[in-house]
Amino acid sequence: MKYTEEHEWLRVEDDGVVIGITEHATEQLGDIVFVELPEVGTTVTKDDEIVVIESVKAASDILAPIDGEIIEVNEALGENPALANEDAIGAGWFVKIEPSDASQMDDYMDEAGYKKFIA
Amino acid sequence: MSELLETPLHDLHVRLGAKMVPFAGYSMPVQYPLGVMKEHVHTREKAGLFDVSHMGQVKVSGAGAAQALERLIPVDIIGLGVDRQRYGMFTNDQGGIMDDLMLANRGDHIFVVVNAACKGADIAHMKTHLEPEVTVTEITDRALLALQGPASEAVLSALDPKAAEMTFMDVATLSLNGFECWVSRSGYTGEDGYEISVPNIDAEALALALLEHNDVEAIGLGARDSLRLEGGLCLYGHDIDTSTTPVEGALTWAIQKVRRTGGARAGGFPGTDVIAAQMEQGAPRKRVGLLPEGRAPMREGVELFATPEAKTSIGTITSGGFGPTVGGPVAMGLISTDHSAIGTTIYGELRGKRLPLTITKLPFTPANFKR
Repeated sequence: MKYTEEHEWLRVEDDGVVIGITEHATEQLGDIVFVELPEVGTTVTKDDEIVVIESVKAASDILAPIDGEIIEVNEALGENPALANEDAIGAGWFVKIEPSDASQMDDYMDEAGYKKFIA
Repeated sequence: MSELLETPLHDLHVRLGAKMVPFAGYSMPVQYPLGVMKEHVHTREKAGLFDVSHMGQVKVSGAGAAQALERLIPVDIIGLGVDRQRYGMFTNDQGGIMDDLMLANRGDHIFVVVNAACKGADIAHMKTHLEPEVTVTEITDRALLALQGPASEAVLSALDPKAAEMTFMDVATLSLNGFECWVSRSGYTGEDGYEISVPNIDAEALALALLEHNDVEAIGLGARDSLRLEGGLCLYGHDIDTSTTPVEGALTWAIQKVRRTGGARAGGFPGTDVIAAQMEQGAPRKRVGLLPEGRAPMREGVELFATPEAKTSIGTITSGGFGPTVGGPVAMGLISTDHSAIGTTIYGELRGKRLPLTITKLPFTPANFKR
């Protein structure tokens, strides 16, 4: 797994990169009550707003950590946004992106680096 | 940035693991480890303990205290019975609301509770206009706790059985844990409950005695906001302020007949002309409840439109968020009276999209007071 300074995690799978936010981020956000996901097929550029998360406190944006195409979104979050709190690095994932430049991943932290970052 | 003030319960909040945030010049708990959602639900189902010591507690004493306050507040205060409480507001010369407040007749004085952010201005306002005929004294040696939710009566009457005899908006002096407390059966969550003024030195011991009860959890400002929003209650500085009159704020119920045109003590408060005219002819805009149709919360500042295409806004959301008991987003807004009929569909512009909302009767959750 790779981690961004925006508290996103990226997990490489066979057909793309799964993206979510870390437990640290969901703890800071509080109870998540709404997630707005992009449409499958959207082409995104790094730092585009791709997801809006509303917690009981405020709205926050998730920015695309890499260039690519959205190939899958976690529809389950529409019905149950709390999944992002309950299982941030598993069932609470947001989108899967097919990267156009996988080398962008190299810029991000590994787990040890992220742990140091949030300490 | 200037130093934040602390309430007598500050150390307890920190020990309980609260997340402390600046609010109206105070360091206050926004949530505890339970989290906003569970704190909200717990209050509706059992009982929640809130620290509201940042609010201003003021004694107005002297033979003419009620008459004097009626010169600043468009409410029947002379007719307020001993040991009874009532909601009110200070108005300015334009009819705008300077603050909203609670008034209690405690026999030899009127006890006034005002918002934290306005308390300095409120006290100065009362002193300027009412002294020396009456005496205005800020009470700084007492904390203020709120115990809210259906289990409140059982919890509090275990400490003093007299708590159970009180009904909504009654006030009494109770002995809680041996401490002399000024108690009202009221609050700001839409639930049954009590507000308890307790000496600073006893506040933590009383809070701990209440928290010892299995049904009581400490609740932060986050849940206080979602509870009052579902309860259809105004937040000063958001839903109402100096630019909104009591008529626009949908608070005319708080102005008793005796203070209205034709009443025995009609007018005589700042902004009488504006408010009396609006009560007769209506105001250009009005506070309403708004239920977004989808799941996306619409918060303060979202512009409202009559149609998805309309160019001109008809109003703004003044409070909004997720209502845990409603199970979806809820909001309040100030909108043009022409569009304010219950059941009307209007549109809020959220992230460039116009999403429908329905104008809805307040409160969103039925009030659960002990009448």
